[in-house]
Amino acid sequence: METYTLIVLLLAATIRVATPLLLASMAGLFSERAGVIDLGLEGKMLGAAFAAAAVSAVTGSVWLGLGAGILTAVALALVIGYACITHRGNQVVAGMAVTIMVVGLGPTLGLAWFNLGGQTPQLDGVGQRFTGLVWPWAQTAREVPLPGLLYAELISGQNLLVYFAAGLVPFSAWIFYRTRFGLRLRAVGENPHAVDTAGISVNGLRYQAVIISGVLCGFAGTYLSTAASSGFVRDMTAGKGYLALAALIFGKWRPWPTLWACLLFAFTDALATRLQGLVLPVVGVVPVQFILALPYVLTVLLLAGFVGQAVAPKAIGMPYSKEK
Amino acid sequence: MSKEPAAPPFTPPDAPPALELRGIDKRFGLVHANRAITFSVAAGSIHGLIGENGAGKSTLMNIVYGFHRADAGEIRVHGRTVEIGSPQEAIATGIGMVHQHFMLVENFTVLENVVLGVEGGAFLLGGLTAARAELGRLARNYGLEVPLDTVVSELSVGLQQRVEILKALYRGAEVLILDEPTAVLTPHEADQLFTMLRRLRAQGKAVILVTHKLREIMAVTDRVTVMKQGAVVAEVATCETTPRRLAEHMVGRAVLLHIEKRPAQLGASLLTVKKLEVRDRLGVVRLKNVSFNLRAGEIVGIAGVAGNGQSELLEVLAGTRAPSHGEISFGGCDLVREQLDPRARRALGLAHVPEDRLRMGVVVEFSAADNAMLGYHDAARFNRGGLRDEAAIRAACAEKMTEYDVRPCQPELRLAAFSGGNQQKLVLAREIDADPKVLLIGQPTRGVDIGAIEFIHKQLIALRDAGKALLLVSVELDEILALADRILVMNAGEIIGELARADATEEKIGLMMAGVRAEASS
Repeated sequence: METYTLIVLLLAATIRVATPLLLASMAGLFSERAGVIDLGLEGKMLGAAFAAAAVSAVTGSVWLGLGAGILTAVALALVIGYACITHRGNQVVAGMAVTIMVVGLGPTLGLAWFNLGGQTPQLDGVGQRFTGLVWPWAQTAREVPLPGLLYAELISGQNLLVYFAAGLVPFSAWIFYRTRFGLRLRAVGENPHAVDTAGISVNGLRYQAVIISGVLCGFAGTYLSTAASSGFVRDMTAGKGYLALAALIFGKWRPWPTLWACLLFAFTDALATRLQGLVLPVVGVVPVQFILALPYVLTVLLLAGFVGQAVAPKAIGMPYSKEK
Repeated sequence: MSKEPAAPPFTPPDAPPALELRGIDKRFGLVHANRAITFSVAAGSIHGLIGENGAGKSTLMNIVYGFHRADAGEIRVHGRTVEIGSPQEAIATGIGMVHQHFMLVENFTVLENVVLGVEGGAFLLGGLTAARAELGRLARNYGLEVPLDTVVSELSVGLQQRVEILKALYRGAEVLILDEPTAVLTPHEADQLFTMLRRLRAQGKAVILVTHKLREIMAVTDRVTVMKQGAVVAEVATCETTPRRLAEHMVGRAVLLHIEKRPAQLGASLLTVKKLEVRDRLGVVRLKNVSFNLRAGEIVGIAGVAGNGQSELLEVLAGTRAPSHGEISFGGCDLVREQLDPRARRALGLAHVPEDRLRMGVVVEFSAADNAMLGYHDAARFNRGGLRDEAAIRAACAEKMTEYDVRPCQPELRLAAFSGGNQQKLVLAREIDADPKVLLIGQPTRGVDIGAIEFIHKQLIALRDAGKALLLVSVELDEILALADRILVMNAGEIIGELARADATEEKIGLMMAGVRAEASS
């Protein structure tokens, strides 16, 4: 019984960590399959987290917060789009620039508006956060050992954004492989010349992809500041944008494998938290820094060793111009 | 070329031309790319458009296909004036184009590639089913069979081209433009393409064949338009002209298409290659069991479709790639065992004009003078007191430029400002100037215009007559036949056959290029 609870709690923590990762990965998926490197994920997420928390704190409505988060991330995405698509700038530089800008801008605006050392006010009012939705009979089900506990802790009790993220994976897969838009999006990331000669606007498609990436980053950022915690804190993305990018590569730029990659990364993260204070036979207490580094060590190992031939979209990172 | 008689072109008596261009004019900055071009193509005919690199053929076709917009002029399709501002509009007016570099998404299936842009609805399922039926019909009508569910990268180049043609027909093309379609094909595949084009003509389509190969113009077209420096200089019925006359129009002066050469005066054996084998990074055998020898005073030609091991052979000989085993005897030592690098090989008298000029032969951002001494920059004559001797470097370049007719004769100019032909002449001058015993030369006339080809060919023959040995790798069969004294044919990394020039015919070589061994037939 004790072990069951432990495992279920571990899985519940996995879901909490995986949600923003997954949202950001799917954002990156749309952008990168269209041929635009998405190093701005971190920045867009962070910007959205700040905007969502700030608006929710001021208006008292988390839904307005979500809207503000999405608008902010889309605006940042359009900055990247304008630099990389319209003006054929370097995508890595543009993405990094936006991220660096937001890292400084968020706390600065926060300090000016709320005077709380760069944070946003604590979101503790009713309707200021996305909170867990308890499903029918969840309390009763808790009594039934395994399936009941799983239902109560994993299926029930999550907030809306988690369900949204879960639904996003099959939906993205369907978009990419079953619709005209998806076909064109995949084509533009592989050979934009083919798309252009087929009479479709390369820039138009890439802008759409970049905007979708912005919208999804908006959800990811909002989750961080209004669901996972109650307010914006400086650097609260803590590299999740880059981790999402790693998951995307590990998942070979496909929706389902990317989901598994996100869950794996999240699981190691949850495990690391559980393992703090672990005592090993010979070494004694394992230093906490070592445990916290585990997910990142694992990421490096996985990316270096197990991805195999990850074939990136062929035209990724290359600005499109008609001349060869 | 195929010998089948040309079908009588299908032309209703009073129909307007399928495509008519009137006074098309286009400038890019200072360059006048198209000067008042008037040009028309009848339905049910194959029209050749020929000219040297930079004559404005591609610009003209890109205007027709909506990539560029003309500054002045009018385009008519079946007698109606049309505005073509984008490929989409070109497609809508019934114009299709097969580009030289295929516009295919390599990891898509044939079917997905064909429907891209005309999916027939927001969801793929229905559109794909309808497309499958329609493509079956087109394939039967035109003999364009392609496996629809195969991923494009797994198809041969010939089949990929077929996919491009299908794409155009599926979009309802009545006018089909093919830009240098045979550059990547074996002679046999080219024949198949021409058969297909004749079938399209018989069905009333207008076909425009853009090329710089006179042979193809003569083989398949009904009429031909010659362009030079952005203007049309001649338009004739193909049956009323000759390759020589067309070449004269293209260059503006008489050109030798066949260079006279004396029989080879064979000397001592200079380079011997034994059982050379190369594996790439993934362990795939790229070159297997290659043995031959090269004697003073001969040109040995390596024929083959691009990608059959010729590049690897050149790289191994030049020293930029290590073989997995085998030996290369040159100048009294085994280059493989001694592991001599390219510089040491050059010092022994083994010079190399690389296939891919821009990637391996020159640095286009550098001046012509610097390029003319690349690789020889340590030579005493270019240095003084440990520093570059700028005056000597420029003087040496100017001398080469005069001798090899490189224009403009300006050593300080960035190499990027020179045409391909002039760049190649400079590379050739640089390597010949080092007085090698053996010259390895890959694709000597790739991206080079007819006038310069003639010059380069003459230089190579002069080198042979001076007692040097030349190993010539070229995908242009004409070039091999014009220059080589002995021909080795490569297929799938092996030398599949050897022919003396006197015994070599295009058919024999073509069969070997396709992988058919010679012994049974001869």
